[in-house]
Amino acid sequence: MTDPAPRLGREVIAMRVAREFGDGEVVNLGIGIPTLCSDFVPPGVQLIYQSESGLLNCGPLAGEDDGQVDLINAGGQFLSPIPGMAFFDSAEAFAMIRGGHIDVTVLGALQVSATGDLANWFLPARGVGNVGGAMDLAVGAKRVIVAMEHNPRTGEPKIVPECTYPLTGRGCVGLIVTDIAVIEVLPDGGGLRLIEHAPGWDATSIQAVTEAALTVSDDLTEMTLA
Amino acid sequence: MPIDKTVNSFDEAVSDISDGSVVMIGGFGGAGGMPHLLMLALRDLGVRNLTIIGNTAGIAAPTGFGWPDGVEPIDHAVLIENGQIAKVIASFPVSGSVSRPNAFEKAFRAGEIELELVPQGTLAERMRAAGAGIPAFYTPTAAGTVLAEGKETREFDGREYVLEHALYADYALVRAKTADTLGNLAYAGTSRTFNPTMAAAGRVTIVEVDEIVAPGGIDPERVDTPSIYVQRIVARPPASEGGVALP
Repeated sequence: MTDPAPRLGREVIAMRVAREFGDGEVVNLGIGIPTLCSDFVPPGVQLIYQSESGLLNCGPLAGEDDGQVDLINAGGQFLSPIPGMAFFDSAEAFAMIRGGHIDVTVLGALQVSATGDLANWFLPARGVGNVGGAMDLAVGAKRVIVAMEHNPRTGEPKIVPECTYPLTGRGCVGLIVTDIAVIEVLPDGGGLRLIEHAPGWDATSIQAVTEAALTVSDDLTEMTLA
Repeated sequence: MPIDKTVNSFDEAVSDISDGSVVMIGGFGGAGGMPHLLMLALRDLGVRNLTIIGNTAGIAAPTGFGWPDGVEPIDHAVLIENGQIAKVIASFPVSGSVSRPNAFEKAFRAGEIELELVPQGTLAERMRAAGAGIPAFYTPTAAGTVLAEGKETREFDGREYVLEHALYADYALVRAKTADTLGNLAYAGTSRTFNPTMAAAGRVTIVEVDEIVAPGGIDPERVDTPSIYVQRIVARPPASEGGVALP
């Protein structure tokens, strides 16, 4: 079936996710769309970024020629320094993560299930994958937000009744932000609730490209970005 | 006689590593915090059937991960391409790009290398446990996933945890910024990563540094890794004295 309206861009997904951040929160951003969220933090909201590379607090990505090999994020990108950074080793970085000290993590996903199971590290077609810090973040962060395209280019559903790809974590996802919808994962196996739609989309057209069943919020609204 | 753990060459520093040794390699994946010259010396030593433990299995060449433009990366790939590695224990073994496989992925597909995939936090904690005399511990990470298959699990307060065992090594190849001659170490920025933990987990810890100073040259309030964990230190020659111009 044809889309009723254009899907939003990666930056717009990131922009919508960034509205979830509360002032003073400690945030860990995954690689890809999640990294873009730092460009759209609302005015008046100050965040502390935590990275598996062993830092708390950092400036924006470094300019082309200013990169230092001793100041990188978890994606291997060079960062700029800012006053008030802290450096530490991997064991401590993950003590912070598992220990429940991270307020929000934003991760990409290959599949999310109706109960909030996350699969984001292993593509069966490749036969080998990188788990990195994803499993630790999935169990340790207070809140897990998934930021992803609703369907891959090939079109198959990524929001599914049960994940068929190997899991990253069970029941860990709280909110799914895609290029057509914002969906809450209700606690205790309560399923998925559609709370926002992209312009030109509605509950029927979103359900049509979503394999898992969605309930629709009484307050369903168009996605707002500011 | 004053204690001095300085070794004069990289070749000498790794000379007793033997076939079948288990070797930890420090760093996150990029240029920072990685013992480049110790890896080259281990390649030149030519010992085989090694198990290497690290965050990656050498991912920099395909994507430039954490390396400045225009510098040819040196990482675990030099050992893999030389056919010295039998097994890799890592959290991020392959390139971030499916279309640009690293040396490890090619060897893995060819059935030449075994892989034990470990979540990054579990990898660090298994090393920490080894260095701290803890044989095993329970972690929530990976519960209910394929990486917990075959492992003992236990419920605490209604939540499932996985039993993970300490991870030791015969040798830890570590990179620091500065060492004093006793082996106290200081790191720079995000180049700590696995280095301090590996230093404690390795039975013999060999450290590549930019600079070796006299005792007192590192403020004792700023020592990151105390000397007790360090057996050998070796300094990188400055590029101006014929050293390799590497980050």
